[in-house]
This record gives sequence, structure tokens and C-alpha cells, in this order.
Amino acid sequence: MGGKFLFDGRPVPFEEGQTILQAARAAGHYIPHLCWHPDFPPHGSCKLCVVKVGGRHVSSCALPARDGMEVESNTPEINGERRALLQMLFVEGNHFCPSCEKSGNCQLQALAYELDMSSARFAHFYPDRPVDASHPDVLLDFNRCIFCELCVRASRDVDHKGVFALTGRGIRKHLVVNAESGRLADTDFAVSDRAADICPVGVILRKRVGFAVPIGERKYDEASISSVAMEKGE
Amino acid sequence: MDSSLETAAGREQLRRVVIDPVSRVEGHGKVTLLLDEDDHVREARLHIVEFRGFEVFIQGRPYWEVPVMVQRLCGICPVSHHLAASKAMDRVLGIPITRSAEKLRRLMHYGQILQSHALHFFHLSSPDLLFGFESEVGKRNIVGVAAAYPEVARQGVLLRKFGQEVIRATAGKRIHGTGSVPGGMNRHLAVEDRDALRAEIDHMVEWSRAAVELVKRLHRADPALYDEFGRFRANVMSLVRADGAMDLYHGALRFRDADGRILVDKVPDQSYRSLIREQVKPWSYMKFPYLQQLGPDEGWYQVGPLARVQNCDFIPTPLAEAERREFIDHGRGEPVRATLAYHWARMIELLHAAEVIRDLLGDGDLLEGALLADGERGNEGVGIIEAPRGTLIHHYQVGDDDLVTMCNLIVSTTHNNQAMNTAVREVARRYLDGRKLTEGLLNHIEVAIRAYDPCLSCATHALGKMPLVLELADAGGEVVDRVVRD
Ligand code: SF4
Ligand code: FES
Repeated sequence: MGGKFLFDGRPVPFEEGQTILQAARAAGHYIPHLCWHPDFPPHGSCKLCVVKVGGRHVSSCALPARDGMEVESNTPEINGERRALLQMLFVEGNHFCPSCEKSGNCQLQALAYELDMSSARFAHFYPDRPVDASHPDVLLDFNRCIFCELCVRASRDVDHKGVFALTGRGIRKHLVVNAESGRLADTDFAVSDRAADICPVGVILRKRVGFAVPIGERKYDEASISSVAMEKGE
Repeated sequence: MDSSLETAAGREQLRRVVIDPVSRVEGHGKVTLLLDEDDHVREARLHIVEFRGFEVFIQGRPYWEVPVMVQRLCGICPVSHHLAASKAMDRVLGIPITRSAEKLRRLMHYGQILQSHALHFFHLSSPDLLFGFESEVGKRNIVGVAAAYPEVARQGVLLRKFGQEVIRATAGKRIHGTGSVPGGMNRHLAVEDRDALRAEIDHMVEWSRAAVELVKRLHRADPALYDEFGRFRANVMSLVRADGAMDLYHGALRFRDADGRILVDKVPDQSYRSLIREQVKPWSYMKFPYLQQLGPDEGWYQVGPLARVQNCDFIPTPLAEAERREFIDHGRGEPVRATLAYHWARMIELLHAAEVIRDLLGDGDLLEGALLADGERGNEGVGIIEAPRGTLIHHYQVGDDDLVTMCNLIVSTTHNNQAMNTAVREVARRYLDGRKLTEGLLNHIEVAIRAYDPCLSCATHALGKMPLVLELADAGGEVVDRVVRD
């Protein structure tokens, strides 16, 4: 049983089982997201997809649409909340855009532009997270992990390898590699894995690519993340 | 060489005059003059107080990130670091870069020379030179120059802008571009950019000639000042092309002594360590490099325009070469050693850069041709370039896992460390000793330092190697003399 709901005052149809985010996208409305990916079931961890329904703030990637709902998304209040979430993500890790090879292809950076985030606002944690360069083809730079678990899910559910896992809670939370040594080289991870190109930020990187594509000519340099998401379905 | 003023006896009783910061120099320098009861200069030191400790940040990073990352080293010549790191990484990868890549990098580099030399001369130094060192402080800036000499200021501003455009067109951005990558380049020059630059280049050559003329007029108008101010004997070092030509992008190392005799020649960049040692002094964060065979007292040297113009055998573009000859003749058989001659030499290089850019812009290799090549991977590389301020050395070791394990940088300002200290002492001795201190007198010292165009913020080694550095940097200003290291 489908129906219709109001999205920022405009009617949006949905089918049974669709989430707010899916139905809104299908109708051409963008809702920011980081841990959600069209190829994977909702995860509900980053909260970037927050919307307001009946006075409550909910994750639109996880909440099924219901007939007659009123959903507020692109409002100063909700965008302000998203901005604060982004700012927290920025200070939790070590994100240094000017020398990051993912710049221009990074969803965290692109969302910060999309949502007019101009400063970090909070004090930086500067966590100490060494890189793992043990694998011949892929570098892991944990400094930039936002704990979306897309790699965890891709490696477990698509590649059937279970190379990655999240461990620890709160500020100790971090990504680990499932090997006794903790090193990527000691897993069966391969550069052709789905998990190798799923990371929305700059953690899982193909080695020796770096700046081969000039900054300024990359995905989100040429179009905003909302238009890339809507036009290319990413 | 001359260190009689370096450390005065009975320092505690001396009255202290501090000029801080040396305005209009990027970063902070500090000059400490220790005076006695009668206002005689007893001691003069140039302190570098800012530090960054970049080596530590670079170690443990993947090599392909380094040419982009090192641009944070210096706000005023990021392109030089970008290219020196790229050259070093070419070596690590064992790649002789393609013709197109080399020409694009050269274009970028000479664009940087043009913009930096124009900035330094017109914005930072011409106010002192045109109005006099003791003129009203409020007027001694580019706005003052624009009011009094509108055409000079306009040309200066446009020359710099043109250099920035060359950088943007080759590096992708005016600052912190990513055009050069280990093993080559990631972009060609766009035809539109080539055409836009070509439309302007003849003016740039013309205005660069005018800039040389302007410096020569200044020299003629006050030869006593220009030939004597901050004059002292020094060795010089720079890269020189295999045939002896000036080449600011690539070459082998050559040293000359204070009489202009070649001491060492044709040393490949990869072997710089067989030549240069670095001395640490307890009172300064910045090291003091010297030519190993002469030792620290005799082996220090100058780098930068004054060194380069006299170290090469010729400049391979005609207009700049004619100017070089006139410059050499000015010395009447002796090397030109006065501090203010840096400006003259710098403007000769400005003209050379404009000519090189003009010639390159006619070259089709900029628009097409392979940008990247393959090579046989090694674990170590040195990249040396003649940056606007002088020789810049980047040296890396890279592990089999692609992470940098060792990084050593020697920037131009560090090479000039002893020379700048010597210049300050000479000027202090000549102009300040026993006289009442005035703003204008103090500015004489600033003028001497500024002639070297130091980029102080990038010039110090620290973090990890020198544990006291953070504490000292935080203290800022007065505490320099508490620096005690074992
Ligand atoms: S590595 Fe990337 S994909 Fe994996 S959890 Fe971290 S941010 Fe998400
Ligand atoms: S996208 Fe919905 S919680 Fe992350």
C-alpha cells in the first residue's frame, strides 16, 4: 500500500516499503546522506539524512514513508543540524582538504560545501591514527574515517570477506582490519573488491594514483553533490 | 669568517634593543642588538623564531602526496616546494620525465620566479629604495609608490599578476596547485591560456627591462650607498647547467669563493650531501649550512639572485645576458658584493624569466605529448631547484610500502642564514654603532635583511629533533636568549 506525503510542502508519492529518502529521491528531491548508499540497506549511523516529521527529528534513510506525513528537510533548522553533524565529523578525524588526494571526490568535503559549512566550530581532537601501507595496491589512511561502515558492509555482504570491522565506542571508536596482525596485507583483500572503491571519504585509496586527475577537474569540483546524486544516482 | 660581533663578553650588563617583527617579511625574524652603556653595538644577531617542523609531518605519508603537501611550507613560494618535491620523487620512481612534462614544469617555475621577484621588488623593496630608508614609515609601501610613481607601481602589479596567471595555467590554481606529480605532470597548457599569456608576454619583457633600468638608475644616483651598504666577502652557490648557463630549474652544483674563483663544480644534485654540512648554533633554530671542505667558519655561502647571476658563465637569453655583462663590468674585475646589488641581480633574473616564458609559449610540446613516464622504482631521491630566493633542496627516502621514511629539506633562507647575519652585523657596525637609535636607522637593518627576500616562516628545522622548540615558539619575542640546547 503506497501513498503520498508532503516533502517541504510538495506532494511526493511512495510505494510500500520505501523510506522517506528513497521516495524523495525518486521524486527528484535530494536529502544529504553519508552512510546511506543506493546499493546497500540503510544503516542509520551518520544522521546526515535527518528530517523533521511531526515535530520529531528522524533519519530519513531508515524511516518508511507513511501516507499523509509532513516532512521538513531543506529548512534552516534541519540544515543547521546537519552542519553541526558535519562539523563534529571534521573535528573527530584528521581532515586536511588542501593536501588530501580525495579532495574533489570526497563526500564529506562536498557536503560541507553543499551545506555552507565555513568553519570547524568545535575543537579538533587530532586523533593519532597511523596509516596502513602494507598492502601492495591499497593504502588505508584511517585519519579520515567517518565510521559509515560502508566498507564493512561491502566486504562482508558483497565480497564475502569481512576484511573490515568497527571497534571501540564513543571517542575510541575506530576501524580495524580483521587480521591477527591488523594489517591489510595479511587479509585476502583485493583492489578489485567492492569495498576497495566504496569509501565516501579518503580512507581506502588505490596506491600511486594521488593527484593524477587535477584538483578542479574532479567529480564534485564540476557539480555539487546534490546534482551528482540526483543526476547520476550516486 | 668575521664573527667578532657574534657574542659579546658580559652580555648580562648590556642594554638590549629589539626590532621585532621585521615588517613585510613573511613570517617573523628578530634582530637583537646588544648595546653597551654608550650605545655602541656590541652584538648583532638575526633570530628566526617561527618554526614548523614539517619533516615530521611528511614522514609516514605516501610519496605521491608530498608535492602537494609541501606547498604548505611556504606561503610565498609554494611552487618551488611543489617542484623540488616532484623532482625528488621522479628520482625515487626512477623516471626521466617526458619533454612535455619538463617544459610545463619549467613554465610553471619561471612563472613563479617572475611573480615572486616582482612581488619582492615592487611591493616589498621599492618603497625603501625609492623613498629612502629613513623616510616616513607610512609612505614606505606600494600605495606610496603608486602615488609617487604610478607607472612603476602599475607595471609591478601587472608583472606579478602575469606570473600568477602562468602558475594558474600550469599548476591548476594560483596557490597550492597540483599540476606537477611524481613522474611528470597531470595537465597540459590549455590553448586559451597559451593565447592569453602570449598576448601579454611582450609587455612583460618590456616592463622587466624597465625594472632593470630602474635599479641601475638607483645605483647610479647613489653609488656610495649602493656599492657599499652591507658589503662583505662571501662564497656563493647555485645550480648551473652543464654548459655553464644559468638554469633555475635544473643543473649541477657549483661553488665560487669570495674572489670569484670556482671552488667546486659539476656536482650532481643527488650528491649534495658530499658537499654541504649543516651546523647547529645554540642561539638559533635555523641551521647554518657550509661547504664541507672549507669547514663552518670559512665555508658558509650566499645563494639567490646575487649568487646566481655571478656564478653562471652566461644567461641563455639575450636581453638578460646583456644585462648580466653590464652587471659584471660594474664590479671592475671583482665580484659584486654589496647587499643592495641583490635587487639589481633579481631584476636581471626577472627579465630572464620573462624571456624564458616568451620562448616556451611558442612551444607546441606544452599543448600535447605524453605527461607521465615509467621508470624503475628506487628508495631515495634528491630534488634541487633554484627557487626565487635561492637553492632549495628536497631529499627523501621512501620505503617499499610507498611511505616516506626520511625527509630532509634545506630552504634558500637557511642557506643564506650566515650571510644574512653577516649583513646585519656589517650594517650595524657601519650605521648604528655609537649613534642614537631612530626608526630610520633601525630600518637600515631591515633593508639589509629584506634584500635577501627571506621567507622566514619556512626555514627552520624543529619538532622531534629539537625538543625545546615548541616551548620557545610559544614564548615568542623576548625569550630567544633563553635558548640553551645540549
Ligand atoms: S573506511 Fe571509509 S567506508 Fe569504511 S567506515 Fe571509514 S569512512 Fe566508511
Ligand atoms: S544517511 Fe541516514 S543516517 Fe546516514
